[in-house]
Amino acid sequence: MKMSKIVRTQANFLYPFILIFGFYIIAHGHLTPGGGFQGGAVIATGIALIAVAYKYNDIKKWLKKTRLTATEGIGLLAFIITAICGFGTSFFYNWLANSGLLFGDRVPYGINPGYLNTGGVLPIMNLAVGIEVLGGLGVIIVYMLSYVKEVK
Amino acid sequence: MRNALVAISLLIVFASLVYIAVNPGDFGGQTGEHLVFGEPKHTDMDDYFIHHGQNQSAANNIVTSIVFDYRGYDTLGEASVLFAAVLGAGLVLRALRRDKK
Repeated sequence: MKMSKIVRTQANFLYPFILIFGFYIIAHGHLTPGGGFQGGAVIATGIALIAVAYKYNDIKKWLKKTRLTATEGIGLLAFIITAICGFGTSFFYNWLANSGLLFGDRVPYGINPGYLNTGGVLPIMNLAVGIEVLGGLGVIIVYMLSYVKEVK
Repeated sequence: MRNALVAISLLIVFASLVYIAVNPGDFGGQTGEHLVFGEPKHTDMDDYFIHHGQNQSAANNIVTSIVFDYRGYDTLGEASVLFAAVLGAGLVLRALRRDKK
């Protein structure tokens, strides 16, 4: 069922902001409250908003189930591969922290303003889990919506 | 009859919860020590994380460094649970679609 024009316009207006907010939560997972799971859920609400405001058959072209499941698989694979990369010491070892490479800056002890280029593997894992959660929740929403009986 | 049974069992659960809340039992088998909310008994573990988390995992958010670094296996389990949930939803709804055809 297609919603009214007011709902569709509002959904069009809100959708990019929801996406930006979700990616902000994911990207700042190692500095502020939130993280991969929460940010991915926020992005999935954006997908749900678009899928509810429009008829599912109309947006089937660009909101494909196969693409969302592929996103989920890629996220989980990236998460596990990042964990396996720490095998020199142990599984899930933070091999990028304090190394000076990507996300490898040191953090001063105590209260500090929060630097984005820190955290070692934590931002990468946040991104991987965020991608996985947005794919997983999005594909669940799309699965359920694609079997809703269409109301004329 | 059934409603009366449900009401009685709910009353029993409620009464036991109230009893536990009024006089909490001994915690950890040691007599005379009660757990008070806001005063955890052991603080060694969280003190370690609070004092070493910023140095070891280089992140301000201690919760994230625990979830993704110290207790990474737990997060891997959560991610696999979500994956399994998606698999289950897909399987169930695929059977629905086959019925419709």
